[in-house]
Amino acid sequence: MTKSELIDVLAAEQDHLPYKDVEEAVRKILERMSSALASGERIEIRGFGSFSLHYRPPRIGRNPKTGESVALAGKHVPHFKPGKELRDRVNQAFQRERAAQLDVDHDDEASAPPLQVAVSS
Amino acid sequence: MALTKADMAEHLFDELGLNKREAKDIVEMFFEEIRTALERGEQVKLSGFGNFDLREKKERPGRNPKTGEEIPITARRVVTFRPGQKLKSRVEAYAGNER
Repeated sequence: MTKSELIDVLAAEQDHLPYKDVEEAVRKILERMSSALASGERIEIRGFGSFSLHYRPPRIGRNPKTGESVALAGKHVPHFKPGKELRDRVNQAFQRERAAQLDVDHDDEASAPPLQVAVSS
Repeated sequence: MALTKADMAEHLFDELGLNKREAKDIVEMFFEEIRTALERGEQVKLSGFGNFDLREKKERPGRNPKTGEEIPITARRVVTFRPGQKLKSRVEAYAGNER
């Protein structure tokens, strides 16, 4: 799903709002999230996940073409940690797909490993 | 202080003239639609921000950290986030505390 497809879905659900407003809202949400991270602020969305910055210390890199050493400064990179609801929903859907697949295999009388659904995190 | 859904809704109320209910709903649905797409097994690409990708992990040996008992960690699908170039460049410039 791309940003424009996401806008289409939201506009269809919020059909009392002009398409333009939904488009602008999505743009503003992403811009607000980016600017938060650019100023070192965390983002916490319950049930979805959290975004924070991770620090990468300075290191000596190498120009792959010339083999020359270059000093690279330390920097921050964005990091996302999925929240519990997102993790569980994605994985439960996956386990249902696997179970369905195992059923098909079983019908074909192919041998399949037993499905284990124990969740440890 | 962390940015929350309430802050984002407030921002839409201030800047777009949506009413509070509409602003709150659209923020809620924004995240819900991303979750739903990922649940369907679909990658989500938000240009300028980043991509939410799905990876399948094979079963691997694990241990119960409390009891030390060996239990396999079952095969699973997980979400990863790959920031886009634009977001990476903006964040790289942040010179705050090394964390």
